[in-house]
Formats: sequence, C-alpha cells, structure tokens
Amino acid sequence: MYVAVKGGERAIDNAHAWLAEERRGDTSVNELSVAQIREQLALAVNRVMAEGSLYDPDLAALAIKQARGDLIEAIFLIRAYRTTLPRFCGSNPIQTEGMKCDRRVSATFKDAPGGQVLGPTFDYTHRLLDFKLAADGEVAEAPIGNTTEGPTPHIMSFLDREELIQSEPIGEETPADLTRTPLELPASRALRLQSLTRADEGFILGMAYSTQRGYARNHAFVAELRIGAVVVEMNIPELGFSIEIGEITVTECETVNQFTGSKTEPPQFTRGYGLVFGMTERKAISMALVDRALRWKELGEDDLGAPAQDEEFVLYHSDNIQATGFLEHIKLPHYVDFQSELELIRKLRREAQTNIAQEAAQ
Amino acid sequence: MNMMSDPNAARKGWLGLLAKSPAVEVAQLWLALKIKPAHKVLRKPEIGGVMVRGRAGAVGAAFNLGEMTVTRASVKLVDGTVGHAYVQGRGKDHALQAALMDALMQTAAAEAVDAGVLSPLRAAMKQGKVNRAAKASATKVDFFTIVRGED
Repeated sequence: MYVAVKGGERAIDNAHAWLAEERRGDTSVNELSVAQIREQLALAVNRVMAEGSLYDPDLAALAIKQARGDLIEAIFLIRAYRTTLPRFCGSNPIQTEGMKCDRRVSATFKDAPGGQVLGPTFDYTHRLLDFKLAADGEVAEAPIGNTTEGPTPHIMSFLDREELIQSEPIGEETPADLTRTPLELPASRALRLQSLTRADEGFILGMAYSTQRGYARNHAFVAELRIGAVVVEMNIPELGFSIEIGEITVTECETVNQFTGSKTEPPQFTRGYGLVFGMTERKAISMALVDRALRWKELGEDDLGAPAQDEEFVLYHSDNIQATGFLEHIKLPHYVDFQSELELIRKLRREAQTNIAQEAAQ
Repeated sequence: MNMMSDPNAARKGWLGLLAKSPAVEVAQLWLALKIKPAHKVLRKPEIGGVMVRGRAGAVGAAFNLGEMTVTRASVKLVDGTVGHAYVQGRGKDHALQAALMDALMQTAAAEAVDAGVLSPLRAAMKQGKVNRAAKASATKVDFFTIVRGED
C-alpha cells in the first residue's frame, strides 16, 4: 500500500545540498572536469554507455561525475536522459568486418590473417600497483609499427566456408525493441542479445562463469575478440540514401562451442555472440557465453536446469536499473504497510497468549 | 556498394565526414572560411537518438545494440539549394554548419568549402586512423616456435 507522505521537504533540500558539497569533496583538491573523466576513466565511461544503452562519451562522463563515481547511478541518469530523446530512426546494422581494430585476438587460430593484435590491454600486466601514477608522470609515446592496409576478416568466416560452423539465420530487418515493447517470453534471439548487451556486467559475468564451472555444459573457445571503431550508417528519408552518421567503438566476441549434431544436422560447431558499446571486453566475452547457453532450445540441447539456460531468470534479473529500482524502494517510507503488519503480529500474539492461558486453565 | 556507380557517392562522402568529425574542428574551420551565406533554416537543429543495430554472429539477424546521440538540421540557401545534416553527438552548431556546407557543396562555393574545411577534416581523420593503426601494429604478436624434443 502506498500513501502520500507530506513533510520532509526542507530535510530533502538540505540533504541534496549536502550531497552536492560531498560530491565536490575537499575544495583544496582540484575539481575533476568532465573531459578528464572522459579521457582518463574511459573504461568507466564505456560501461556507463553500454549499460545506459546510449553512446555519448561526454554525457556518460557527466553522469559519472554527478553520481560521484557510482556507475549504476550514472547508468540510471543516462537511461533517464535517453527516454527524453526523440528517436530519429534505426541504423543499418554495423559491419564489424570493416572494423578498424585496436585489438584483435583469437584463441583458436595462431596465424589468423590480420594477425594477433594485443592493443592497449591489461593482459600480461603483473597487477602490481604502479606508484609512479600517484606522482605526476609524463607518459612516453607508445611505439609505432608498420601499417599495412590489409583486411581483418572474421575468423568465423573460415569455419563458415567449410560449413564447420552453424550458419546464422537471417531474421527481420527491423528487430523487436525491448525499449518500446515490454520483454515477453519466450524472447527471440534479437531480444535476448539486446537485453544482454545492456545488462549488468557483474550479473552477466557471474552467469557466464557458472556455465564454465559446469552449470550447462558449453565449453567455449574465443574464436575472436576484436575492439575498434566502426562507422554507423543510416538511411536518411529526406536524402533518399544512407549516409554515415558517426563512428563508435565496440567490442565483439565470437565463441565457438562443440556441438555433436542432431537428427537433421551433422556435427558442427555452434556460436555464441557478444557485441557491446565501447572497450568492454569482460562484458562481451560474458555475453557470448550467456547467449550460447540460452540457445539450448533452438539447438535441440537438453534443459539441464542450469540458471544460465533459464531465459526468464537471466533476462528478468540482469537489468541493474530495474533491479535497483525494486531493491531500493524498500528503504522508502512503508509506514502504513508496516503499521498493519505491526497490528497483525500484536493480534496474533494476543491470540496465542489467550490460547496458552486457556490451555493452562483446563 | 560500388562507389563508382553511385551517383550520390560524393555527397555521401562529405556528409559522412562532417558527421564523424569533432564539432570543435568543424566550427574552427567553418568560421575561418568566413562564408556567411544567406539562408532559411528549414529544420532547427534537433537532438535525438538513433538506435544502432548489430547482427547476431556479425552476419545473422539484426538486433538493437543501443542508441547514440545524433543532431540533425536542414537549411535552404536563397537560390533554393537545400542542405541536410545528421551529425554525431549533441552539437547544434555542428549540425547547422554541416547543413550549410552540404548546401554550399552543391553550389559554386563547393571548391572553397572543400579546400577550407573538408580537406583539412579529411586529412585529420586519416592521420588519426594512421596513428592508431601504427600503434596497434606495434602490438602485433610475432610468433616463433621453440623446438622441443631430443632431435
């Protein structure tokens, strides 16, 4: 039961004023600029864009500043802003084949055409705190190599050519959109992918990890992980043709999983797919694993009762804004609800005591 | 798509370049050009979202990846030439300047706009790409095989 509660306005105003002051922190320390957050906390910015489901690094950086670094609060701010934007249109599907790769690695083929490009990675670092960063330090320019204008074909295309990998069915050109119509189950793969790409990274990571530990057997190889810039094209009605409307950085992960075949299909590898805004490698790999686990039905696999196979469980609990909203509302005033609970428990106790007294008397 | 056979290839080229270039750079070059054509604003700069799509497995069914911010504007020069722009981000000036340049590129001023704004933007964008590609290339792994066994 919800009852409007009046009063507390002054307390709320003062709480928010104090929040603003605490956000600023010690004024003898320089204030952070939005540009500094955008440039120097880029991976936090990327996470906010991915889960906020809006690609705009400046807005994401502003949201992080406003949220005092609470990324879920920042994602909430971005989601709220997103709903105020008129939707112009949908883009043409991005062509990750033509990505300008900052990073591209394959765990399955050593000599992939285009090579193994590590990019600016944390991999192979020793995870020791670097105290040089605590002091002001000049950064040396990164070494440069010879650039050869060669294509970087998807690793999967090689397996596809030999029909060793299950082919991807072509779906509708205008996919269903969970921001327009509530998510209903069973969900199409397009809806599952949309849901997963904006899902909470921690939740998806945990789900993916559970599949690796044996809850739904699908041993995944990372056939390819690529991070880089892709152009976004959109058809412009007033022009009558499509143009590039921008360029975004995305992370794409394609996994290869064993599949023994079915009555109608020969043994083949199957795919899991992850595609996420920004440099968001952990999330993209997790997404690919969870995508694969959720595909058990269409691939004719057994339901092992694993959480990662349960689309209702995964899709209905992976959105951190929905989860936060429901979770945190319980801290808001429930005085009337609780009053009735209190009365109920007192009544039950009275009845119980009366019963005990009666039994004792008999 | 075959660019040679596309009659809109040139216009696509400059619209895409203006859309992807940073608003600050576009503004600097545009203001330095000092061309101020009389025009009517057909569509005031409007900030909106575009739903970016991807494909399952990079090649399969389309799905919604998330939105991006885009600003659009349309103008009409006094001679009737119409210019449109859709640019990345929330730059109202950026969209208006791009729409004006789209219109001017269809007039005799095309050469001046190309030389003063588009060429420098193109060069900056290319340089940025080359720099990143060179750094990426330096992180390419050169495998060598260590011979194992007795002989």
